[in-house]
Amino acid sequence: MSKEVPTNTTTAWAASYEEEPSQASVPPQANGVTALKPLGWAPVNWAKANLFNTPLNTALTVLCLAILWFTVPPMVNWLLLNAVWSGSSEACREAAGACWSIIAVKHRLIFFGTYPYEEQWRPFLACGLFVAMLGISGVRAFWRPALSVAWALVLIAMGVLMWGGILGLTYVANDRWGGLPITLMLSVFAIALAFPLSILLALGRQSSLPAIRTFCIGFIELMRGVPLVSVLFMASVMFPLFLPEGVTVDKLLRALAGLTLFTAAYLAEAVRGGLQAIPKGQYEAADALGLSYWQKTRLIVLPQALRIVIPPIVNQFISCFKDTSLVTIVGLYDLLTAATVATTDPEWRPYFAEVYVFAGMIFWLFCFSMSRYSQWLERLANRYTRR
Amino acid sequence: MKTRLSALAIAATLSVSALALSGTAQAGATFDGVKQKGYVQCGVNLGLYGFSAPDDKGKWSGLDVDVCRAVAAAMFGDAEKVKYTPLSAQQRLPALQSGEIDILARNTTRTLTRDTANGLNFAPTNYYDGQGFMVSAKLGLKSAKQLNGATVCVLPGTTTEQNVADFFRANKMTFKPVVIEKNEELHKAFFSGRCDALTSDASQLAAIRAAETPNPNDYVILPELISKEPLSPAIRQGDEEWANLVTWAFYAMVQAEEKGITSESVDSAMTSPDPDVKRLLGVTAGNGKALGVEENWAFNVIKQVGNYGQSYERNVGTGSKLKMPRGQNALYTEGGMMYAPPLK
Amino acid sequence: MSNLIQALNSARVRGWLYQGLFLAGALAVAGYLVSNTLTNLANRGVATGFGFLEREAGFEIGESLMSYAASDTYLRALVVGLLNTLSVSAAAVVLATVLGVAIGVARLSSNWMVGRFAAVFVETVRNVPLLLQLVVWYTIMNRLPSPREALEVVPHVFLSNRGMKFPVLADHPGHGWAFLALLAGIAAAIAIVRYGRRRREATGKPFPTLPAAIAAVVLPPVAVFVATGAPLALDVPALAGFNFEGGGSVTPEFTALLIGLSVYTAGFIAEIVRSGILAVPHGQTEAGLALGLSPVQILRLVILPQALRVIVPPLTSQYLNLTKNSSLAVAIGYPDLVSVTNTSANQTGQVVEAVAMMMAVYLVISLCIAGFMNWYNRRVALVTR
Repeated sequence: MSKEVPTNTTTAWAASYEEEPSQASVPPQANGVTALKPLGWAPVNWAKANLFNTPLNTALTVLCLAILWFTVPPMVNWLLLNAVWSGSSEACREAAGACWSIIAVKHRLIFFGTYPYEEQWRPFLACGLFVAMLGISGVRAFWRPALSVAWALVLIAMGVLMWGGILGLTYVANDRWGGLPITLMLSVFAIALAFPLSILLALGRQSSLPAIRTFCIGFIELMRGVPLVSVLFMASVMFPLFLPEGVTVDKLLRALAGLTLFTAAYLAEAVRGGLQAIPKGQYEAADALGLSYWQKTRLIVLPQALRIVIPPIVNQFISCFKDTSLVTIVGLYDLLTAATVATTDPEWRPYFAEVYVFAGMIFWLFCFSMSRYSQWLERLANRYTRR
Repeated sequence: MKTRLSALAIAATLSVSALALSGTAQAGATFDGVKQKGYVQCGVNLGLYGFSAPDDKGKWSGLDVDVCRAVAAAMFGDAEKVKYTPLSAQQRLPALQSGEIDILARNTTRTLTRDTANGLNFAPTNYYDGQGFMVSAKLGLKSAKQLNGATVCVLPGTTTEQNVADFFRANKMTFKPVVIEKNEELHKAFFSGRCDALTSDASQLAAIRAAETPNPNDYVILPELISKEPLSPAIRQGDEEWANLVTWAFYAMVQAEEKGITSESVDSAMTSPDPDVKRLLGVTAGNGKALGVEENWAFNVIKQVGNYGQSYERNVGTGSKLKMPRGQNALYTEGGMMYAPPLK
Repeated sequence: MSNLIQALNSARVRGWLYQGLFLAGALAVAGYLVSNTLTNLANRGVATGFGFLEREAGFEIGESLMSYAASDTYLRALVVGLLNTLSVSAAAVVLATVLGVAIGVARLSSNWMVGRFAAVFVETVRNVPLLLQLVVWYTIMNRLPSPREALEVVPHVFLSNRGMKFPVLADHPGHGWAFLALLAGIAAAIAIVRYGRRRREATGKPFPTLPAAIAAVVLPPVAVFVATGAPLALDVPALAGFNFEGGGSVTPEFTALLIGLSVYTAGFIAEIVRSGILAVPHGQTEAGLALGLSPVQILRLVILPQALRVIVPPLTSQYLNLTKNSSLAVAIGYPDLVSVTNTSANQTGQVVEAVAMMMAVYLVISLCIAGFMNWYNRRVALVTR
């Protein structure tokens, strides 16, 4: 988890620390440089001021240009110019570039895994609804109670689409689900379920009752101390052994439980940060008003604390989204697993790189837009707190 | 008033446990349990082409998958009544032990430890294999005993890591293993020259060579087979009825091949005068009752899944992209090891 | 009766009551689960216990920091895996920190192009799953030429798809003595720094701490080295049979994992460093200038101590994440703790015990890192009065 900061424009003073790694040998320079007078063509002036203002900056600019020169043309050639876009694997063997035909042939396996082929419009529609809903939830104008109703409706619609069994849709058990729907649902439900749990854990960690406090600290540190892979493994493999004979729990649900508990431990620490940021006077004022613990928590503490922790929550969501790629260890067909399975076909095995690039781009698209969004949220939060 | 928190925590704990217990109930004995829920829960490989992998349309197919389909056909008369649980190598034994799956058809080598300490029972071997080495032809090697000091790419999961170590120790040689979990990654590492030798089941090596190299003659498979790998479907101990059904559903496929009955010819075979065929197909009743299923169980298996030879050719043999020869897996009448005891 | 009601009205009594109930509930649930597990295992005829640790492992491990052979026990194999995890994590923590600080500072650069470069780097590595990145790095490592066509980057340093081979000093007793001298020099340097600080605080007179400390670290080992006859004989890697013999080596799996972990974590560290530097108000720099401090002194004495306060807590999480992420090594064939545990579990079938041990070990590692970083955090934390 990282702490995001607003993307402020570079300030002048910061420039003097750009040589920090080699501070001993290179004297700082930007401080003493006077701005060049704007003469002549504007782009040239801009370049002079931003790229070639000091010898060191000139050297760095040249280095960057050199790296671009050696990497970009071969990449463009491989990705686009020499690439094969459709056709058989034979056509690919001749070509020098990427073989995107494998995506053309396998994209439905990658996106939807083992979901029945004829019915794959259903997960497609469900994913579309889901992403649209995520987008709408990000807009401030829609932050009102009706949104939760809309979410409930969309989730019901998704459930109907994915499972079927009514409205003339054939029933599809969730062991056939795979690909993008699994990745999306695991991450969103994990974060949604982890959120209330994390508030309880964070409050418990601050509690004055030693048994509760110890339990919460123990749980948080345990979860944060072990790799997610082992948590998933325990949840998926060991959990059935804990249950009485004859009782089983769905595999998807078990992985979700593991992911939720893991995420909750991390979120709890973020929420604790928010709780600690509230001035002591607020607690004292609430006590003076005679509010009970829960009134105080609900009316005074949480509304202030949670606003602070919205950006870390989005960051945790990004982590969670990427972490779903680990559920392959418990045999779930997430996007990345489905992508690797697509490369097991002997006919297409040489073109694994294309599949990885494709999967990487999908992940990047989701994570990047969310990380941009979290930065915007942070600026919004800062606008409230800075008066 | 802070104390209400603890009440809430208890409530949370209880609701979590309640959630945990709300799963589907399952009867103790596997046979009855499967019959009751109406499908076979089958543990398979996440993706091992030819044995169990989803095709482009997301439908499971492969030699291991066919075992599960045969059991479903025998039990329910419908080979589609199977639910697949893809399993990683670490998961597979606990998944079977815990009752999550009914059959484990995931290229698992039958060993004494697994048969005893791990609480498994094995059905008949559906694929005989042995571990060998493949090396680049450029090295000019003639025998695996020349591999002293080599780096060897190993796929973990079955008993391969131990076999290689045993072989090198027995011949007083040393080697460096590179152990990678995913077949594709492992093959990539070998073909790019990360390892001097790739060790895997010998038949697999031939298939890998045929499918993944531009010129198969660039690689040679060394003559030594260093292990026996009888890949067998596994079931839990303690349910003889279920063990019988799995065992004989597979034997029915082998028997059908021996008798020349295919999924196409099985209808006409119903009128065959051969007493063995009559018993197999349930024209002469008895076998079904003994197994606790319908008398036409074997008919359904052959009709819907095919005989063993058909399954082999379709998934790993000449009809597939792997093009593996029958070798040890031919019928005993043709020099192989596939042999069904009499179905009577 | 009224006493009881009165007691129940007391918050303290009720607190203990709730806690007691909570504990009893937790213990009951735990006991129930454990008894279920034991019954289940017994019913299934599955062997349990840690007896397997004493048995012969029977498999080889690709790289090891201690002597290990297939005839050793499972316990020793697991220790080998643990050492591999620790070594790659430690190296990656150092590399990720260096890289992360460099990129974090580069992102604040006045050079537009450098800033963009750093931003693209950060946004790329942070937004793609690590598993995918590791596979890509490993593929790149494997694309290097074979040992027989190895690249000789500098004389006697060979780069091939078997890893990097480089010359090391041939064994000589002089090296041990020089190493001891180095340790003594470091101790002396610490003493010099302390003395310098005390003198400055007491008298206000600056003491040339840095040159003196460097001299104390460098001179004794060099002197000892020369005194023992300057044994500079090299153990040079040479092609023999399948691979290079002699010299030191780093495997491609280790390198790919090291690069993958470092680059991924550096993306996060860069953002932490950037926010830490931005968190120090500009007035601090100006105040430093007004006091006549040099820019290097401002950075060292004014900016860094304050920035570290913001940086250290999230940095701790990143170090913890990095160590735990090293468990993805199994995807690219580095024999870390998880990989060895998997093989052991697969061979013995005792998955429960193996995974429980693995979790316990990771927990201990994490707690150690967290403990150390918390100690460091307390040192840099603001002391409020």
